[in-house]
Amino acid sequence: MVRFIKRFYTFLIFLFLYAPIVVLIIFSFNSSKSRGSWDGFTLNWYVEMFQDRQIMSALYVTLAIAVLSSIIATIIGTAAAIGIYNMNRLNKGIVMNLTYLPVLNADIVTGISLMLLLIFLKLQLGFTSLLLAHITFNIPYVILSVMPKLKQLNKHLYEAALDLGASPMYALRNIIIPEIKPGIITGLLLAFTLSIDDFVISFFTTGSGVANLSITIYSMARRGINPKINALSTIMFLSVLFLLIIVNKRMDNSKEGDN
Amino acid sequence: MKLKWISYPYIIWMVIFILLPIFLILFYSVTYSTNEGIGFTLEYFQRFFEPIYINVLWRSLKLALTSTGVCLLMGYPMAMILAGKDIKKRNVMVLLFVIPMWMNFLLRTYAWMTLLERNGILNSFLGLLGLSHMDFLYNEGAVILGMVYNFLPFMVLPIYSVLIKIDKSLIEAAGDLGANVPTIFRKVIFPLSLPGVLSGITMVFMPAVTTFVIPRLLGGGQFTLIGNLIEQQFLFVGDWGFGSAVSVIMLLLILISMGIMGKYEKEQEGGGLW
Amino acid sequence: MKKLAKLVLFLLVAVMILSGCGSSKPTLTVYNWGDYIDEDVISEFEEEFGVRVVYDEFATNEDMYVKINAGGGNYDVAIPSDYMIKRMIDEDLLHTINFDNIPNYKYIDEQFKGLGYDPNNAYSVPYMWGTVGILYNKTMVDDTVDSWKILWNEKYSKQILMLDSQRDSIGITLKMLGYSLNTKNPQELEEAKEALIAQKPLVLAYVGDEVKDKMISGEAALAVVWSGDAVYMMRQNPDLAYTIPDEGSNLWFDAMVIPKTSKNKELAEQFINFMTRTDIAFKNTDYIGYSTPHTEAKGQLEPELLEDEAAYPTIEDLVNSEVFEDLSSSASIYDRIWTEVKAK
Repeated sequence: MVRFIKRFYTFLIFLFLYAPIVVLIIFSFNSSKSRGSWDGFTLNWYVEMFQDRQIMSALYVTLAIAVLSSIIATIIGTAAAIGIYNMNRLNKGIVMNLTYLPVLNADIVTGISLMLLLIFLKLQLGFTSLLLAHITFNIPYVILSVMPKLKQLNKHLYEAALDLGASPMYALRNIIIPEIKPGIITGLLLAFTLSIDDFVISFFTTGSGVANLSITIYSMARRGINPKINALSTIMFLSVLFLLIIVNKRMDNSKEGDN
Repeated sequence: MKLKWISYPYIIWMVIFILLPIFLILFYSVTYSTNEGIGFTLEYFQRFFEPIYINVLWRSLKLALTSTGVCLLMGYPMAMILAGKDIKKRNVMVLLFVIPMWMNFLLRTYAWMTLLERNGILNSFLGLLGLSHMDFLYNEGAVILGMVYNFLPFMVLPIYSVLIKIDKSLIEAAGDLGANVPTIFRKVIFPLSLPGVLSGITMVFMPAVTTFVIPRLLGGGQFTLIGNLIEQQFLFVGDWGFGSAVSVIMLLLILISMGIMGKYEKEQEGGGLW
Repeated sequence: MKKLAKLVLFLLVAVMILSGCGSSKPTLTVYNWGDYIDEDVISEFEEEFGVRVVYDEFATNEDMYVKINAGGGNYDVAIPSDYMIKRMIDEDLLHTINFDNIPNYKYIDEQFKGLGYDPNNAYSVPYMWGTVGILYNKTMVDDTVDSWKILWNEKYSKQILMLDSQRDSIGITLKMLGYSLNTKNPQELEEAKEALIAQKPLVLAYVGDEVKDKMISGEAALAVVWSGDAVYMMRQNPDLAYTIPDEGSNLWFDAMVIPKTSKNKELAEQFINFMTRTDIAFKNTDYIGYSTPHTEAKGQLEPELLEDEAAYPTIEDLVNSEVFEDLSSSASIYDRIWTEVKAK
């Protein structure tokens, strides 16, 4: 009974999460440009998508920025979380409160103020400035994901390791990191998710022909979002799913996946 | 532990990319510029306390709080279910949970509109079942739905990552000592997962207060929320002073209220908003 | 896992550095609305003039303004709308154009020269133009639609879509009341506010771009739309019709300008001249579907479209229409009105 309720609940939540995705995929096969009418099945958008250099370069920028910024933010953020955790109460409070500011600030404020800062620093707006901005708004989410795991950590574990002769770096790598790994992965996932989807901050911090998919999509909106974007999303979605299945299969075959 | 130093790169980063911009906002919020130069003013802050803006603030807080509550109610059981799966399954499921969010936000929201419209998919289903059409779109419910949809993973993931490392023997011990399931949950599991819950609440509530695209698209743009207000000031009116002041008030308000909330948390280790 | 991450990182950094080193060709940076040009035109220009075009897109005039005003990006050519051009002229953000370098300017319809936003024809070359009007579904509306007042008719309660844009919505309300849509008179604006508040219960939603899908699928009976979109929607759904109300409306332009951020003004002028060449102007208007101010390009369009009064209204249709002017300090009054309407 409990099993059934769990299954059913999981089903409902996933239905909720995937219903719009299914709609989105269906409309990538609509021969009408509008979401408002269904004019028949077509694969044209898929063909056109690959010929659209704007969209292809936006896809590249989006993925590059998302991968780089989430990895860098995860490294900096995890280190920061461990460091902050070891501060005294007052400092911890100050640093953590400051960390919340970017989460709390309206995107438009973060975007414009970062732009002014980047211009002030004489940085040419483009790929690098976009990357810096994404790392900046990703870090707090990593810290927020790692922090709870640190609180859960047995405080004496690290000291015990040192007493037994481990060097601080060794203890960090082999004792602490494995313990907080789920938090780190959560942080990485959230950072990647945020980065791939950001429009406002990206818009104000990029330039020189560098645009991510969000910028392309939002600026298309005035004229109507082209179903090529739906086609692209469908392909992205299916590739991730496909990758997931392969990785899963491989892990099934190997004796024991470590995580 | 003497590992403070490894946070220094972040501290430097923070000073440059978080503190400097914040000072800029603070500066804009208390100054005005005329041809003669720059002067100090509190006029922007005063203006915010007019009833119409307080109304805007109140509605934003209400919607964000409701969405956070719904996220928690929906997300906690989901996090528990995920955490209860074996290692391989749960990794896949966590990814499946996040992947929808990798599709563009605007596309997903438009897709919701296709689902919820008068002639939309949901209403067609209702029609097939012989039920009358309903207006799902363009009300507060639709806005809350949009927020919950977009922020749910930010609630589930932190809770999940804390739940998977709770010592199973604690739960067994509690069971051996005669505690029933609700008691175990209330006295053991929930308190231990509290850090994750707080992280989740923060990551959902804070962005929800300032979002403006969701109310615009799913709410039919019928009410101004704090995010809209700030956006309007910066973009359309060009009144950066007032826009900055609204942001500063938001920041202070939420940090203070969460600080007070935090005072009630017994756990002394709690670093964070307090 | 770690190795994989390192590999990814390395590859990306490598590609990033490689893509950073561009060629030594002169570059032209263009800032335009999304999907607002036939992309082949860009490559044609690159080939013909031996330059590299860097092409950026924006979603709203205001986004573009904030960025150019702050000095982000070296834009050589931008394509904002009328009132924004006025504002940029007033704030000294634009170069005057040397029209000796733009001989094709002669093809621009005289009707569209010397308008309020650039009275001396010194800063801008029109790219596209249109009107704001009412799009209605003939199967759902049985009254004649010739006045903005129909948007206040209780018969169509919850069937009306208004624009979620303070300038447009307040503007058409002012027009309905018989005032100028550029008014700064507090009394007139107060009346407009009352009218909008009275209208609010009848409005289904204040919408942006999604209005197109909504009207095509028949979600609402009446909507305020831009003419270029109206043409597209009427093609998708033949039940729809477009009209410019008798009280007059807003006549809008998107025009090419050279921001002061430009480092290569002459190349920018060459580009503008290229864009006003007949074949190129035709390609763009054909791709975008909006109305062109280019007399020769217009002549090449299908006669069917030329007769469509939504796309190319007659001069009589436009007598009462006005071009938006920049509000400057009155912008905050408009914003206040809009906030009050929304806060109800």
